[in-house]
Amino acid sequence: MRRAAGFMLRARRNRNVVVSFVLLLATAVCAIVLPWLSPNDYSTTSFQRVLEAPGWAGMHWFGLDELGRDQLMRTMLGIKVTLTVAVVASLVSLVIGVLYGAVAGYVGGRVDAFMMRIVDSLYAMPFIFFVILLMVVFERNFLLIFVAIGAINWLDMARIVRGQTLSLREREFVQAARLNGVSTPRIVLRHIAPNLIGIVIVYVTLTIPQAILVESFLSFLGLGVQEPQTSLGALVNTGVGHMERAPWMLLIPGGVLALILLCFNFLGDGLRDVFDVRQAP
Amino acid sequence: MGQYVLQRLLGAIPTLLLIIVLAFLLVHAAPGGPFDEERVLPPAVEANMRAAYHLDEPMPQQLLRYLGGVVRGDFGPSYRYREHSVSELIAAAFPYSLRIGGLAMLFALVVGIAAGTCAALRRNTSTDRLLMAASMTGISIPVFVIAPVLVLLFAVKLNWLPAGWSGNSGAAPLVLPVLALALPQIAYIARLTRASMIDVLASPYIQSARAQGLGTAAIIRYHALKPAILPLLSYLGPAVAAILTGSVVVEEIFGIPGLGQFFVRGALNRDYTLVLGIVIFYATLIVALNLLVDILYGLIDPRVRYR
Repeated sequence: MRRAAGFMLRARRNRNVVVSFVLLLATAVCAIVLPWLSPNDYSTTSFQRVLEAPGWAGMHWFGLDELGRDQLMRTMLGIKVTLTVAVVASLVSLVIGVLYGAVAGYVGGRVDAFMMRIVDSLYAMPFIFFVILLMVVFERNFLLIFVAIGAINWLDMARIVRGQTLSLREREFVQAARLNGVSTPRIVLRHIAPNLIGIVIVYVTLTIPQAILVESFLSFLGLGVQEPQTSLGALVNTGVGHMERAPWMLLIPGGVLALILLCFNFLGDGLRDVFDVRQAP
Repeated sequence: MGQYVLQRLLGAIPTLLLIIVLAFLLVHAAPGGPFDEERVLPPAVEANMRAAYHLDEPMPQQLLRYLGGVVRGDFGPSYRYREHSVSELIAAAFPYSLRIGGLAMLFALVVGIAAGTCAALRRNTSTDRLLMAASMTGISIPVFVIAPVLVLLFAVKLNWLPAGWSGNSGAAPLVLPVLALALPQIAYIARLTRASMIDVLASPYIQSARAQGLGTAAIIRYHALKPAILPLLSYLGPAVAAILTGSVVVEEIFGIPGLGQFFVRGALNRDYTLVLGIVIFYATLIVALNLLVDILYGLIDPRVRYR
């Protein structure tokens, strides 16, 4: 418990961590609260007011899109969708990566060598193209996006967790558990996994922006979420088509997307200092 | 050395085979055939078309036929561009992608290494912090945001450069696509160079060079640069992969008739054979490049010994 308190203190002293965390929190709160306050919603069209510029009247702060829908509400929905996809996808990769890495590192020997060979050969795969293939072949659905993005990102996590586990399993408390006859799955889950939390938190913060990039890349290509739902990538894509008449349709969602990514990158970088995690081997 | 190269070459074959088989099976698991359109074909015509594309054969036979074709560089006919084979389309489109991707990589290396070295030399000063903040921003702005913003700024508002592709009209249409592709890579390369340059500059042999009175420029030029940029070699694989994905977006935005554009069109048109062919082509490219990097590493860095 005292160790956790120490981390909290160091995290609060790190300016990058604090600023990016507060900004992310504010963005998420806006995405949840603003739809409650606004008289508009993300799907109502009004064809008399197509591509209207941002203004205070009627709370159309971000203007109206090519179908006269309120761009503020659409951007907030985009933030919500993008963040949800990214967080869930990262959790998928976290579960796969931690279990895989912990098992490989703990069991060791030939199993470890074999499991890591698989990871090495998967590294060579151009996953993003497989994901596109997947999206083309099967009808685009949300679940598939989560799984696909999660499936890409677990490799780094597995490598890092394995390295950490290799050193953990020689420690006294693990040996004590083994001598007491605790089963291997239980040792991995109860004794190894909790000690990986620091390193895992750091790498999750760094996988989230990657997941965001993949999701918005897919949405940008028109392979992600479907209308009238939207994500930041899809909004940027629409914005590109109207940038001469309505540049705000490109600049606002693009700026929000860049801001979110920047915050996550700074947060991950700062947390790496806080937990004093060395770069993975 | 020769044995190592051979071993690595043989090791790459299963990876490639796995990629091809996976991609093939994925595409063939697709619900609906390539000829399911609004217009219902007479059964006899459809049967003939299926036979022409060998879709009536059992799956293993189709896979073997496809593998045999791929080995000979034949990816079969395109489902949409009926008069062309996939290989022809790739051969026609790839030079555009290669030119833009290659230029972007070159540009990114030059600027990235310069910026990284500069930051390492002025470590913990405001120059360093500014450069690193800029590179973090560069990493965070996705290509599909930076590319249209560049168009908006330099083509639409300032009218300095053309926004799209217009055949062979000199270097001007290349500037914006190359810049958009290069920016994130510049940022990555600058960060990598800075980190390794700091390590190298702290090493004893640099200290002794300094003690002997060698100037900073000479130290960088003759002693520090080469070991400092060596780690970049292993970034080359991921960088090329990133540039390939980026070029999909850039080609779409600038209307460049490269491989990326065909890929997107193929994906949206459900031109399975074309998409499959391009995926395999990209995968081969990346695997080959990683292989090349590993081998080059040993040739350039005498500290690496092959087992």
